Formats: sequence, structure tokens, C-alpha cells
Amino acid sequence: MKFNTDAFGDAIFQPDQFIINGLLLTVVISVISQIIGVVLGVLGALGRLSRKAPLRWLSALYLWIFRGTPLLVQLVFFYFGLGAAHIFGWPDLVLFGFTITGAIQAGIVALGLNEGAYMTEIIRAGILSIDPGQMEAAKSLGMTYGQAMRRIVLPQAARIIVPPLGNEFNNMLKTTALLFVLGVQELYNTFVIKQGNNFLPFEMYLACALWFLLLTTIWGVIQGWMERRLARGTPGSQAGGGLLDRLFSFRGSAADTATAGTH
Amino acid sequence: MVEIGDHLLDVVGAPDAADDVVVAAKDVRKSFGRLEVLKGVSLEVKRREVVLIIGPSGSGKTTFLRCINHLEKINGGTIEVSGHLMGYRRDNGRLVEEKEKEIARQRRDIGFVFQRFNLFPHKTALENVMEAPVLVRGQKPEEAREIARSLLDRVGLAHKVETYPAQLSGGQQQRVAIARALAMRPALMLFDEPTSALDPEMIGEVLVVMEELAHEGMTMIVVSHEMGFAREAADRVVMMDDGQIIEEGTPEHFFSAPVQERTKAFLSKIL
Repeated sequence: MKFNTDAFGDAIFQPDQFIINGLLLTVVISVISQIIGVVLGVLGALGRLSRKAPLRWLSALYLWIFRGTPLLVQLVFFYFGLGAAHIFGWPDLVLFGFTITGAIQAGIVALGLNEGAYMTEIIRAGILSIDPGQMEAAKSLGMTYGQAMRRIVLPQAARIIVPPLGNEFNNMLKTTALLFVLGVQELYNTFVIKQGNNFLPFEMYLACALWFLLLTTIWGVIQGWMERRLARGTPGSQAGGGLLDRLFSFRGSAADTATAGTH
Repeated sequence: MVEIGDHLLDVVGAPDAADDVVVAAKDVRKSFGRLEVLKGVSLEVKRREVVLIIGPSGSGKTTFLRCINHLEKINGGTIEVSGHLMGYRRDNGRLVEEKEKEIARQRRDIGFVFQRFNLFPHKTALENVMEAPVLVRGQKPEEAREIARSLLDRVGLAHKVETYPAQLSGGQQQRVAIARALAMRPALMLFDEPTSALDPEMIGEVLVVMEELAHEGMTMIVVSHEMGFAREAADRVVMMDDGQIIEEGTPEHFFSAPVQERTKAFLSKIL
């Protein structure tokens, strides 16, 4: 096999507008979908923990549907299904001079709803991990449930939620590749088209993988920084770990490093 | 022993001079499932009065205290705080639980100190104390900060205002918790075994603050086995057993001539 160094090198070091656009689209879709997911996750978790039964049922139904069906099916159902049934046709949207195609909108909605279901479980677990004494102390000072949640419980739960949230976003960056089926020209689709033009699938898919790896690596650095910031006030906290630690971490690797250092 | 300044209540204002009834509990009943933990408890506490509740574990004393600020719902009887039904309202002669907002409003005037402190770990000592006055009472942050500083100073923690709870000892945490409750200018302070999670050498520094509060006229109900506190500061001691009050009297009465066999047996173990 002959490796086309020029085509590969260009795709990495001299990305054309096509690649840059795909990259930006992947990042923008991921960020918006994740934000929707977190907002839905907070609402879903509060619903799951609510004293009102209908809210618990609604939240349970949401989780049941979106965790129980493939994301791919949700994507095509939202875009092609709803469109073909004339329920919602996903017209293009012009915002700040950018045209957001119906496919991108449908993709963001489906990704956000799907992510919200997983975030619900993560945030619920985070809230439940906080000592009930915190809620009681807040209430004894005259705070309402909402005030206590917002000011006392959720900020503490955030510490516990951020590591799995980081993993979710890492996943989200990669999952956007599924929007290929809706014809959205995100990063993966960009390279599918490229290799179709230059007949260099090995070079193009390798370059595609490296771009994704770059995105997830940058995110890993940001995540570590966030975890260290959130760890304020916890004793001897070194949460997050170093960059190398987080890139190559396996279960127990931090402990291994620590013990290795003492020998 | 930590030096603790006098005049804790100067910071938040001295209590009302009137001798009215602050807490009036009548025939309070409470069950957890099929287990009845309070079998008709009645207790009246007047303003500036300090009442110590003692009794073996499982006697219902902590549950009773938690019912007073409605951290627990009650199944029977009534509890009035400062003349208002706590957590309930009368509706055609029936008692209906109040709305959450109204319960929160009632709790503003009742300080509660927990056995396990329950400080907010993501906030410094100062932020712990000023959080509720700002959020709940709408106090200006600068004003709340000044009051919080003074309170922490009076409980001997002027040098720890910027410290997070995890870096404080148990005794220090409990003193922050007392300052936090006082910052809301409560008419009544409830203490749920405030020293039983502390190492012995830290109990004194918390009791000193509580005794100071008692001497300054705060209305207090304290669940504790610290009979030293009873001697120093309590007006009345209440002995609970099996969900009921079985004996009530002055501290001297309990030290010199308890009547009930159950009380004698219990006191012989803790004194």
C-alpha cells in the first residue's frame, strides 16, 4: 500500500475551509446539544425526585423512551419521520446571518433529548449523593426547597456530576458523527465526502480520527481544569489529575502512580 | 479553652423582654410507620427560658425537637411557636399542612443546631453564616457580612472566617453552625445533641457559647446529656422515655431528688 503523505498532511496541517466548517459544526452541535441535555437533565432529575407523582411519571416515561431506543432511530424519526408525516417539516432557520438547516435543527433536538435522558440519571445520582442533612440545614434557616436546591444542594452535586458530565460531552463530540445520516456536513461527513472524491479512504479516515482525537483531547484539558476548580473546599483535593493521567487513565492508575512514587 | 467574647446577642439584638409562651406543644403524636415514637408530648416554654431534654436513645427527644420546626410532620396534637401553629393551619376545624413557602417563613425565626453540624461544605465559615440572611431575609450582603464577622468573632473564630468547614475541627464547626443560626435573629434556638459528635476536649468550647447564649436570654430547647450545662444554664430539665415526658423539674430536682425509677437509673449512667 502506498500512503499518500501529501493528502494526509494537508488534511491535518493545511485543512481547507471544508474541514474547518465540519470541525466548527461538530463543536457547535455538540455544545448546544449538551447544554440542552444538561437543562433537560436537571429538570428530569428534579422530576424524578419530585413529591408530585405525575412529575415522577412524566420523567420516568421520558427516560424509558429515550434510553430504550437507538439514537440513530431517534434521529431519523425526528427528521425524516416527522417531516414525512407533515407533523413538523424542519424549515431552515436564519440566525445572525447563518442558515441553520432543518437537518441540523432536528439533529440538535434529537441529540439534546437523548442526552437529557442520560444526564437525568447522572444528576439524580449527584443530588442523591448529597447528605440529606444539607437540605435540612438549609430548610432550618428558612430556605424553600427551590432555594436550598439552587444554593446548597446543586452546587455540591455539581462536583459529583462534572466528571461523568465530562465523559458525556466527550461522547457527544464523537456521537455527532451520526448526523451523517441526516446529511449534516459535520466533521465525519466531511471526510466521507473527501474520500469519495480522492479515493484515499485510509488517509482520510485516519485524518478524520485525528481531528476527533484533537477535539476530545482539548476537552480533556478543559475538564481537568473544571474539576480542580470545583474541588475547592474539599480536603486534600487533587481532583482531575494531570493531563497525562487523564489521557491514559485506567481504573486505579492514579493510585498506582501514587504508590510508585513512594517506593 | 478558646476565649469567647461576651454579648453574643448584642450583634443580632436582644430578645423580647415579654414573658410570653414561645413554644406550646400539646399532646404531640408522631409515628414512623407502625412505630409510635411520640405518644402525646406536651411542653410549654416561655421566652428566655432554657429547657434541657434528656432521656435514653429512642425515647423520642430528637424527634420531638425536629417536630418543633416541622422537619418532621406530626400525626396528632398541635405545636405552636410564638402563638402560631407550626407547619399547619386550621381549615374547618381540621389541621391541614401549610404550604412550603409558609413553613419556610415560619422556620426563619427558629434556629436549629444539628448533631453533625451540617455546615455547607462549599462555602467558607463567613459564607455559611451570611448565606441565609441575604437569601432569605434579603439583607444587604455588606451588612450581612459585617454581622457574620461579628458573630464569628464572638464565638471565637475571627481568625477562621475564610476557612472551609473541612479545615475546621468539630468544635469549631459547631460554633460556626451556632453563629449561622443566630444570624437569622431567631426567637428560639433548638439544639439537637450539639456536643455528642465532638471529641471530649472540644465539648467545652461549644458549651461555653451555649451557656453564654442562655445567660443573655435566648429561648432555648436543648436535647443533650450534658448535665453540666443543666447546672450552669438550664431553667428546667425534662426527662423523656418511650415517647413520653416522665419527669420534669429544676436542675436541682434532678441532681438531688429525682422521683421516677427510670430517671434515677438513667441519671446514674450519665452523671
